[in-house]
Amino acid sequence: MNIKNPRAIAIRIAFLLLPIAISLAIGAALVIAVGRDPLEVVDALWKGAFKDTRKIGGVVNFWIPLTLVSIGLVVTFRAGLWNIGVEGQMMMGALFASWGAQYIPLGENLAPLLHLILIALAALGGMFWGAVVGLLKIRLGVNEIFGGVALNALVNVISIYLISGPWQPRIGGSAQGTEPFPAPALLPEFSARFPTNIFMIALVIAAFIVVMVMLNATRWGLNLKAVGRNMRSALLLGVATERTSLSAFLVCGALAGIAGSYRVLFTFDNMRPLVSGGIGFLGLLVVLLLSIRLLWAPLVAFAFAAILTGSTRLQIALQLDSSLAGVLQGMLVLFVILFHGVQEVFFPGTLADDDTVEDSAPSVSSVVKEKP
Amino acid sequence: MNEEFLNTLGSIVGTATPLVIASLGETITERAGVVNLSLDGSLALAAVLGFAAAWTAQETGVLDVPMQIALGIAVAMLVGALIALLVGFSSIKLRRDQVAVGFVLTLLAAELARFLGADFTRIPGPQITRFNIPLLEHVPILGPVFFQQNLLVYFSYILMFGIWFWLFRSSGGLTLRAIGERPEAAYARGARVQRLRYWYTFLGGALVGLAGAAYSLNVKPGWSSPPAMQGDGWIALAIVIFGGWHPFRVVLGAYLFAALRAVSSHIQTNGLFIFGQEINFPFVLLNALPWLLMIITLLIVSGGLTERLLQYMPRAVQRRLRAFLRSDPPKALGTRFEME
Repeated sequence: MNIKNPRAIAIRIAFLLLPIAISLAIGAALVIAVGRDPLEVVDALWKGAFKDTRKIGGVVNFWIPLTLVSIGLVVTFRAGLWNIGVEGQMMMGALFASWGAQYIPLGENLAPLLHLILIALAALGGMFWGAVVGLLKIRLGVNEIFGGVALNALVNVISIYLISGPWQPRIGGSAQGTEPFPAPALLPEFSARFPTNIFMIALVIAAFIVVMVMLNATRWGLNLKAVGRNMRSALLLGVATERTSLSAFLVCGALAGIAGSYRVLFTFDNMRPLVSGGIGFLGLLVVLLLSIRLLWAPLVAFAFAAILTGSTRLQIALQLDSSLAGVLQGMLVLFVILFHGVQEVFFPGTLADDDTVEDSAPSVSSVVKEKP
Repeated sequence: MNEEFLNTLGSIVGTATPLVIASLGETITERAGVVNLSLDGSLALAAVLGFAAAWTAQETGVLDVPMQIALGIAVAMLVGALIALLVGFSSIKLRRDQVAVGFVLTLLAAELARFLGADFTRIPGPQITRFNIPLLEHVPILGPVFFQQNLLVYFSYILMFGIWFWLFRSSGGLTLRAIGERPEAAYARGARVQRLRYWYTFLGGALVGLAGAAYSLNVKPGWSSPPAMQGDGWIALAIVIFGGWHPFRVVLGAYLFAALRAVSSHIQTNGLFIFGQEINFPFVLLNALPWLLMIITLLIVSGGLTERLLQYMPRAVQRRLRAFLRSDPPKALGTRFEME
């Protein structure tokens, strides 16, 4: 991009703001259509997310799992893979952690050790489910989108079976959830006024840095990119394409599994159906919004987490369905993608150098057409 | 054959109908080379808006019942078609990734359905009435199973044959297949590739919308949250692959899924008896069956496993079996076509 060209800069800024403005406008129109005041909605969202430190803690508690899955999804997208199975990988991680929380007999004095074991278990669970999607795709030619969707549903069936069967509470067993886990297994709150877990925040930051370095400064990161851009040339260049693809699923699965463990060991204190709560899908939106660049993922994840947390107040304050949050997020991502297209097609001279979306988006042909 | 069994088969045909219509719609869209991945959300949004339109007409009393239904169906079809057009437009004109746009639309439409449907949860509305087809309804076995249904079910039969005829017996269908297989060649022969892709995406989307209306006005009347059809959009997409983009096989796949679901829900409510012996088993796990079937069918039709197993078969059998088991997507599916 020519920096000295003011018109190009103006158009760039316009295309940055337009998707946001249009999403907000349509959102406001929807709110008016159901007979409420958009300003009240904004107020409720804001108060629901930032009213006091407890609310901010709530935002952080969504941010932790959302950022973890987003980091993982950057890895799979780099390899040109659509890991829709991330939702199931979260649930499998949660299941593994729940098993450990109920059956590993470590007392209060060994709690930190127990937490490490549980988180490691969750990572293993997520890797296991990620490996199933990966092997189905790589070895058996089952498209990872459909394999992922099916495996998401399967792990949910398994968790409902466990919750209503072997793990059901002693009194009043139902499909609602297990009994709360024993205290030593639960991750501790930082304080009552800021109820979140510091260790997990540190883990998210560590994961971010490690994956950032791995993607940009190692052979593995280069291989991922090669596989994602052109499988055949990568193979001809001597990249072990199958192993590289599988490793992407494993890394993403591990991070998703840890995200799942946070849901059961901190957010809910027990295991319940659909414990991932759509956070995996939201992670896919975050990563699509950024056209698969990792750097801004934690920030966007924070914004999305704030909207999500704030939306819980919509029901109480305005009797509005909390799905408005999902509508806003979905529209934002949709319009960002569409306007990127408009800019690329109609104003090609105004793109920044790194805006080569063509390359960063996984090529659709590799997704739809399987040639095992 | 006893009457109860035939009734069950008839209800399977009825409950399979939305899946049949949605998969057939997606079949023609994909035949033209466009993947509309938004099915799971489009079905929900079309269902709820179609229901809302029909219900509002009922409450205000300006229209009689058939017109209420017609209005609901029209709205639902429009919703499905518009979402599909958005996928087409973003791919054809804006050069975006069809899968990415389709996926975002899946989530967006599902959330929108939940948001707009909140006021319509669990209220009764107009329903498509059943009527029997004269003469045909008395045919033994086939009559009670296929010809004592409602209008949409009959429409799905016509649709299946119509699409088959169009695809394989008409010159328009030849062009349709050409723009999905080799758009450059079709273009060279004078086909207006982009315009046709828009048209078939629109048409396929309208059918997906109709399938949505089939849920909320027929199979499970009304709207509930979470919606009754959650997950069916993905199953419909998988059925298209299983069906090898051929209308007859696609319909067979839809019936197979519906039958499996009927069996599993029958066992869950009535228990399982083999030779008069009650089998005890955590029946919740049966809900996994449709999804296992989805993986297995994809494994058979698109995976490398079948190919490896086929190598052990005698040569003469090999070719027949391959044609029967495997299915190849339209070659230009999901790719963009640029006119030079």
